[in-house]
Amino acid sequence: MRNWRIAGRPRRKVLLWAAAVAVAACAVGGYAVASSTSPPIRTEVLRVAVPPEPDGSSVTLDATLYLPDSKKPAPAVVLAHGFGGSKQDEDADARYFARHGYVALAYSARGFGRSGGLIHLDASAFEVADASKLVDLLAARPEVLRDGPGDPRVGFTGPSYGGALTLLAAGHDPRIDAIAPQITWNDLGRSLFGQSAQTDAGTRPGTAAGSMPIGTPGVFKKAWAGLFFGAGATQEGSAQISLACGRFAPDVCRQYQATAASGAPTPELLDLLAASSPAQIAGRIKAPSLLIQGEADSLFPLSQADANARAIAAAGTPVKTVWYSGGHDSPGSSADQDRLRSLTLSWFDRYLKHDGSRPDTSFQFAESDTGISLQDGSVKGSTLTAPAYPGLAGTPAVKTTSVTLSGEPQDVVAPAGGFPAAITSLPGLGGALAQLSSTGLAGSVGGAANQDATFSSAPLPASVLVVGSPSVTVHVTSSTGNATLFAKLYDASADRNPAVLPEQLVAPIQVSGLPPGGSDVRISLPTIVHRFAAGHRMALVLSTTDQAYQLPPDPRTYRLALTEGTVSVPTVAASTVTDDTLLLWTACAAAVTVLSGAVGWFVLRRRRDSRETTVAPELVDVPVAITGLGKAYGDGFRAVADLSFRIEPGQVLGLLGPNGAGKTTTLRMLVGLIRPSEGSIHVFGHRISAGAPVLSRVGAFIEGPGFLPHLSGLENLTLSWAATGRPEADADIDAALELAGLGADVHRKVRTYSQGMRQRLAVAQAMLGLPDLLVLDEPTNGLDPPQIREMRQALRRYAATGRTVVVSSHLLAEVEQTCTHCLVMHRGRLLAAGPVAELIGAASSLSVEVDDIDAAVRVLTPLAGIRQIDTPQAGGLILELDGIRPGVAVGALVGAGISVDRVAPRHQLEDVFLTLVNEGETPS
Amino acid sequence: MNLAKIPRPRSAGRAPGRPGINHVVPGSHDQLAHAAAPRISGTAHGGAPGFDPRRTLPLRVELRRQAGRRRTQFSLAFLILLPLLLIGAFKLGTPSSGDGQVTLVDLATVGAPNFALFTLFASAGFLLVVVVALFAGDTVASEAGWSSLRYLLVAPVGRARLLRQKLIVALGLAGLCLVLLPGVALLSGWIAFGWAPARSPTGSTLSTSETLLRLAIIVGFLAITLLFVAALGFYAGVRTDAPLGAVGGTVLLVIISNILDEVTALGNIRNVLPTHYTYAWLDALGPTVQWDSMLRGTISSLAYSTILLALAWRHFLRKDIVS
Repeated sequence: MRNWRIAGRPRRKVLLWAAAVAVAACAVGGYAVASSTSPPIRTEVLRVAVPPEPDGSSVTLDATLYLPDSKKPAPAVVLAHGFGGSKQDEDADARYFARHGYVALAYSARGFGRSGGLIHLDASAFEVADASKLVDLLAARPEVLRDGPGDPRVGFTGPSYGGALTLLAAGHDPRIDAIAPQITWNDLGRSLFGQSAQTDAGTRPGTAAGSMPIGTPGVFKKAWAGLFFGAGATQEGSAQISLACGRFAPDVCRQYQATAASGAPTPELLDLLAASSPAQIAGRIKAPSLLIQGEADSLFPLSQADANARAIAAAGTPVKTVWYSGGHDSPGSSADQDRLRSLTLSWFDRYLKHDGSRPDTSFQFAESDTGISLQDGSVKGSTLTAPAYPGLAGTPAVKTTSVTLSGEPQDVVAPAGGFPAAITSLPGLGGALAQLSSTGLAGSVGGAANQDATFSSAPLPASVLVVGSPSVTVHVTSSTGNATLFAKLYDASADRNPAVLPEQLVAPIQVSGLPPGGSDVRISLPTIVHRFAAGHRMALVLSTTDQAYQLPPDPRTYRLALTEGTVSVPTVAASTVTDDTLLLWTACAAAVTVLSGAVGWFVLRRRRDSRETTVAPELVDVPVAITGLGKAYGDGFRAVADLSFRIEPGQVLGLLGPNGAGKTTTLRMLVGLIRPSEGSIHVFGHRISAGAPVLSRVGAFIEGPGFLPHLSGLENLTLSWAATGRPEADADIDAALELAGLGADVHRKVRTYSQGMRQRLAVAQAMLGLPDLLVLDEPTNGLDPPQIREMRQALRRYAATGRTVVVSSHLLAEVEQTCTHCLVMHRGRLLAAGPVAELIGAASSLSVEVDDIDAAVRVLTPLAGIRQIDTPQAGGLILELDGIRPGVAVGALVGAGISVDRVAPRHQLEDVFLTLVNEGETPS
Repeated sequence: MNLAKIPRPRSAGRAPGRPGINHVVPGSHDQLAHAAAPRISGTAHGGAPGFDPRRTLPLRVELRRQAGRRRTQFSLAFLILLPLLLIGAFKLGTPSSGDGQVTLVDLATVGAPNFALFTLFASAGFLLVVVVALFAGDTVASEAGWSSLRYLLVAPVGRARLLRQKLIVALGLAGLCLVLLPGVALLSGWIAFGWAPARSPTGSTLSTSETLLRLAIIVGFLAITLLFVAALGFYAGVRTDAPLGAVGGTVLLVIISNILDEVTALGNIRNVLPTHYTYAWLDALGPTVQWDSMLRGTISSLAYSTILLALAWRHFLRKDIVS
C-alpha cells in the first residue's frame, strides 16, 4: 500500500503543475484580452476660436479631442461639463466613448476652466453658438464621419449646465444627430422659482402636473441659487470682471444680485432665464433624445425632464426617459452610473453608428432600499422598467390610486423673518440630510410644531409604489391674502421615527390674491419613486417655512384644510430590470438538468456495468478460479504477477507467504476491492468486479476488523447484514454470535472491545449468512492460544458443511494445522500449490525426546522408512521419516523399553517453505 | 433483527461466567455443526438467494449508522442550543443605540421572524458551512478510517450505490440542520421576543404569511448554496481516508474563497468564486424578492456541485480500496 501512495504522488504533481500552468495561461490571456480591448487613444488639445464677447474681446475655448484607434472615419460625441466644472470632468467619459470607437470632444465652456469669455448661462448667442462652432470643427476633421458637407455625424451629452446646452444646441443646430442630456432643466426660471400650485384643480388632457403653475414666479430657491451663482463667481480665469461677479457676464450678474437681494425676480432676469431654457426650443429638437434625470435632485427635479420629454416627443422625435438614484443631491450608486454610461453608449450606437439595434424608448427608474448589498451589507436599490414613459400625472397613461387623508382644518404660523425654518434639504446634501434627521437634528415630521399642518392616511392595506407626482387639493386661507407654503408627502410608520421624506423633496407653493374665505389650491407634490409599505401611512405635511427657500419677511397665519380628502398617487406597472432574468432562469434550468443528467448517467452506467458480469458456465461449481492474475501499481511495482489457481468446494485453503508476498492484494482482488491489472477471477463462475452480486456469496475478513465504534457489537452485526439488503432470516446470526463468543459483551460499544474481541467479531461478521466462500486474511492475529484453537475448529467445521474457506497466514503451523490445501506465494508469484500433506510429502520430520539416546538410535537405525537420525542435543533426536507414520517409530521405541518423554512434529512445512522461497529468490 | 432474542444483562456491568445469551454458548460451534449444506444459487446475477443489488445499504440502515454518531448528535444539539445562546446574549446585553444604517442584528429582537433571520445570517457564513462539510465530508472518509468501508463494499454494496445512499443521507441530515436552526429560532424567538411581523433593514415590514414564505425561500436558497460545500466535502471525503482532512480541507477552501471574495480588486472575477453568492438570500428581504443574484447563485452552486460530485463518483468508481 505504501507503494500505491508513492505511485500517486507523481501523478498529483503533474496535476498540480497542469493547474498552475492553466492558471498562469488564464492570467496572461486575460491580461492580453484586457489590454487588447483598450487600444491606445490619441488625444489632441485644441484652442477653438468662437464668437467674441459683447465687448468685442475674442474668445477661444479649451478643448481636447480623443481619437479612437481606427482608420475609418467615426461618429463624434461632444461632452459638455456641468456648472463650475471644466473639460477635465469629462475625461473619463470621453475616453470611454473613444474606446468604443467614437471621436470624443471634451471642452471647457465659455467662462470655465482655461476657456476664455464670460458665463452667459447657455445663451444662444454665446454658449449655443460655441457648440455650432465645435460641430464645424468636427466636420473639418478627417477622423469624423460625415453625413454631408459640413455636417458631421455627432451626438451631444453632458450633465446639468452641459445638459441644457445639449438640448439648446440640438434645438438650434439641426446637424446634431443624437443627444443625451443629464440632470438638467427645462425652464431655468421655474427651477429656481419653484411653483407647485396649479391653476386648474381639474386635470386637462395633455397637461401634466406642474405644467400650468399659477402666479409665476414661485418661491425663490435661494440656497441652490446662491450655490449656483457662487460656483460661477469663484471661477478663476483671466476675464474676471469683478470680485463679486467673477466670470459671470455683467448682465447675468446684475440681475442675479438684484433678485437675491429682494427675493423676487426682476423681469429682466426672468427673460434671461427663459432665453437659457430649452423649454422655448425643445419642440424643434429632431435629434433622438435620451433624457436622464436624478431622483435625488432638489435643484432640477424630475418634472423638468418630464417637460423636456413631452415637448420633444410632441415633435415626433424618439425620446427615452431614464431616472436614476442620483441627481444634484447625490452621486447615485456606482451601479447606476455604470448603467447610465452604457445606456448612453447604446443610444449613440443606435442613432450615430446605426448599429441596427431596435429602438428602445422604454422607461427606466430606480427604486431605493430594495435589498441589501452582498459586499458590505448596506442597503441597495434596484432598477425597474416600464414599456413606455407614462408622464408624471394627468396623462391618460398614468394610473392613479386615491388614498384618503384625514385631518381637521389646522391653523399654522409663518414667523416674521422666516425663522425658525424647517430644514428638509440642503443643496447637494439631500440624501445626507436624511441621515441627520434620523438622529433627530431636523426634528420629527416637518419643522417647528405650529408651522406644520399634517393630514394623514390610515395605515395602507397594501404596499404602493409611487412613481410620479402625487397631487392633492387643499383649501388655503391666509391672513394676508398671500401664501407661501411647502408641501411634503411623508412615509410614516410606527417603527420608524422620524418619518421618511422621500429624497427630502419639497413642493414649494406661492399664491397671492386669495379671497378672505380662502381658495382651493391644487398642489402637485414632488415627483418621487417611493414604495409605501403596507401598514405605513402617507402623511401630507404643509409647512410655512423651509430653509432652502426665500421666505416672506412678514408674519402670517394660514388656515389649511383638505378639500377632497384624498391624495391621488400615480403608479406605474413596472418590472425589475435584471441583466437577462430569462437567461438566468434558462441557465438555472440547464444547471439542474446537467446535474440530474450527470447523476442519471452514473446510475445507468453502474447498472449496465453490473449487467455486464460475465459468466463462465463451466466454473459455476468452482468457488474460486484465478487465471493469469496480476496487479501492477502506478509506479510499475508488481504486487502480484501471473497467478493462477483453483479452489474446489470444501477445501480449506491456506495462502502462505512472508509479509509482502502479495497475499492481501490477491484477497482484495478476490473480493473486488482492487481492480486487477491483468487476468481474471471467477467466483462460482461469475467474474469478479467491484460490487459484483456474486460477492454476496462470499464472506470476507480482510486486514483487520472494521466496525462502527459508536455501535455495539450486535448492532454492528445486524447493520452489516442489513446493508446487504438480504432477508433477516438468512443471516444465521446465532451461528455468528456463537463463533464470536462475546457473551453479553455484544451489547457494549465496539470501541470498548479488546483487539481479540474485535477480531472474533469480525470473523463472525464474515460468517453472517454462512457464505459459500469464506475469505479470511490472517484471522488468528491477536488471538490467544485457546481462541486460536477454537478458530481452527470453527474453520474445519465450516468447511465440513460443504463450504469453502480461504485463509491467508504467514504462520506455517497455522496453515499446517488448519488447512487441507496450501498455496505458497512469494514476491507476488505462486511458488507451490497442493494438499498440505502432499506438499510436505512423505518426508516428515519428528522431534523425539527420550531418556536414552544411544539406545534409541540403536533401535531406530535398522527400522525401514527412516532416512536420517540426528542427535543435535542431549535427550533429543530428530528423525527424518520416509514412508512410515510417526506412530511406527514411536511404537518401536516404546517396544524396546525406551521411555519417550515427548514427540513433536518438526516444522516440516517451514523447511519446504524456506526451500521454495530460496529457490524463488535465486534465479535459476 | 434478532435483538429481542438476546436479552441485555440486567446489571450494567459484565456478568462473567454466566452466559448472557440463551441460544448461544460461547466457544461452541453447535450452530455451525447443524448448518445446512450450501444452497445452489439460482439467481441470474450470481448473488446469494434474496440478494438484490438495488436493495443494498437501504437509507434507513445508513441513517442508523450515522444517527448513532456523536458528531451527528452534537451538531444537532448545538444547532438547537445556538438560538437559545443568542437569546441569552440579547437578554444579557443592552442593545447599542446604533446610528446610521440599521442591520439585521439591530432588528434581531423585534420578533420571532427577525430573530430567525438574524440566526440564519449569523450562521450562514461559517457554522452551517462547517456542519454541512462535516456531514458530507466525513461520511465516506470516516468509514474508510474505521476500515468499515471495505466491508460495506464486499457486502457487496455497489460503489455508485454506496456513494448515492451516503450522499442522500448526508444531505438529508444537513437539510435537517438547515430546517432545524430557523425552526428552533422561530420557536424560541417567539417565546423570548413574541411574534411581530418581520422587518427588513430596508424598512419594509412583511406580513406573517409573507415572512414564512420568505423564510422558506431563504432556507431553500441556503440549501442550494450549501450544496456546493456538501459536494466539495463529499469529493474530499472520497479522496482521503482522514475524515478530519476532508472536513477541514473543505472549510479551508470555503474560507479561502470567502477571503478572495473580499478582495474588490479582483472585480468581476469574484463572480465565479463559488461562495460569491452566499448572502444573495438577503435579496429576499426587500419589499419584493429579487431573484437576480439568487438565480446566479443557484447556477453557480449547481454547476460547481455537478462537477465536484462527478469527480467524486469518477474517483471512487475507479479507486483501489486499500484502506
